[in-house]
Amino acid sequence: MLVDIHAHFLYGRTPRADWRERNASRLAAGERIGISVHVASILGSWGLTSPLYFPSPADVTAGNDALLELQRAHPNRIRGYACVNPNFTEHARREIARCLDAGMVGIKLAASRRANDPLLDPVCALARERRVPVLHHIWQHRRRDWPGQEASDAPELCALALRHPEVSFILAHIGGGGDWRHSLRAVADVGNVYVDLSGSGVDGGMLEACVAAVGVSRLLWGTDLTMDTGWAKLRYLESLLGKEELVFVRWKNAARIFPPGAFPAD
Amino acid sequence: MRIDVNAFVGAYPWRKVPGTSPDALLRALDRSAIDEAWISHLPGLFWRDPTEGNAWLYETARAQQRFKPVPIVHPGLAGWEDVVANAVNAGAPAVRCDPLYLGLDPAGGAMRVCAAACGAARLPLLLAVRLEDGRQRHPNDGVPELPAAAVRALLRSDQDARLIVTHADRAFIEEVHFGSTPEESRRVWWDICWIWGPPEDHLATLLTTIGHERFVFGTGQPLRIPETSVAKLDLLELPPGARQAIECDNARRIA
Repeated sequence: MLVDIHAHFLYGRTPRADWRERNASRLAAGERIGISVHVASILGSWGLTSPLYFPSPADVTAGNDALLELQRAHPNRIRGYACVNPNFTEHARREIARCLDAGMVGIKLAASRRANDPLLDPVCALARERRVPVLHHIWQHRRRDWPGQEASDAPELCALALRHPEVSFILAHIGGGGDWRHSLRAVADVGNVYVDLSGSGVDGGMLEACVAAVGVSRLLWGTDLTMDTGWAKLRYLESLLGKEELVFVRWKNAARIFPPGAFPAD
Repeated sequence: MRIDVNAFVGAYPWRKVPGTSPDALLRALDRSAIDEAWISHLPGLFWRDPTEGNAWLYETARAQQRFKPVPIVHPGLAGWEDVVANAVNAGAPAVRCDPLYLGLDPAGGAMRVCAAACGAARLPLLLAVRLEDGRQRHPNDGVPELPAAAVRALLRSDQDARLIVTHADRAFIEEVHFGSTPEESRRVWWDICWIWGPPEDHLATLLTTIGHERFVFGTGQPLRIPETSVAKLDLLELPPGARQAIECDNARRIA
């Protein structure tokens, strides 16, 4: 069993003409890697009619609808995160409820609002109520604001996590750019923050540092935009961890924080 | 047979990196089924005279047949021609010069003369676009990334110049390849370590549009885990012979 807790799919209402090929490529690579379940999100219209990280309510709904359709088309392979923009609080709460009722298993927050902002509290309250994790896009050590996103970093996510101790938070793509050591120091003592190993970064020493910072019980395997690096990290972990430990990273930790029955063998 | 044309030994100044010793590199080669590694002395890249690391590099390579030395040449220092001559005499498969790490204009006179001298010696010149993701570098690590324009300029500067460029992404490679004549682009090879696999399939696209003849297996280890480059190939549906060309034959032909 192998759960990719950070996947994305595309659909027709995006700037990408090759969206079908990219979706097919993800599923084909997943077969080769041995991915049992892709837990995925669609970020609005990926920039077509509203910005990638600031999706309009209409685009959020359209993206979530497309993901629900994919989930129905691949019931054994795809699970969904409900992607929302917390600046539209009521829409976000309605959308989360709608998508979870339709079978999604988590909430995706990207970079529409800083993670420590009070506007995220109603979203997290719903996550606690529905017992689903929150995957939060993170810039590992944001030293300045970056255009196109209101990115958060690990201390900001930890501030949110401390306000909501009963919710599981997933710190997105530790290899996704930025100083991952800064993030690991921040999350070390915040037990409800899990580290997502995805991202294109494959730095020597990064996986050792992740294990040292949060232990095997708070690591989650994922790919994000680069499945080759995800597979490489999994292979490296095979040499770093024992089989019993590795199984927690492969899926058991995910099974613990996602709703019961989210995964086939769960 | 698998040859890693892009490996280092020695410590990195900007962060803690495990596995920088020759013994650790050997273990990493075994783990990733890599038969041979072309190695450079990593600390030397940051020294005022980077060639001071070359003696240790040669000694290390002499002690282990699976290592091939890629010494650093600094064309801004007097006597740099001797580094090239020594590399030829030592059977080095290439020499490396990362101009921006050495404070040189990447397409300036010194680099052009160096590329020409290496070309005349039938020695490929190896350059890295970057060593780390620009978003994570140490605040004091301000070395710019190698521009694609510099690679194009070096290819045009001498008809014998041959380049191996590491840590380049798809956009960089396409800019150089399609911004060069067929004759020029036949004199540059790209290591695969920084090219994305599925679902974006940048490597698969490049192998189709540019051809497997232009690519070599490289990892950037120990700064990057070598499993990545192996995984990229394992995720491809390569025609017979193409994988062997990337993993070994192309590097053999260059060296």
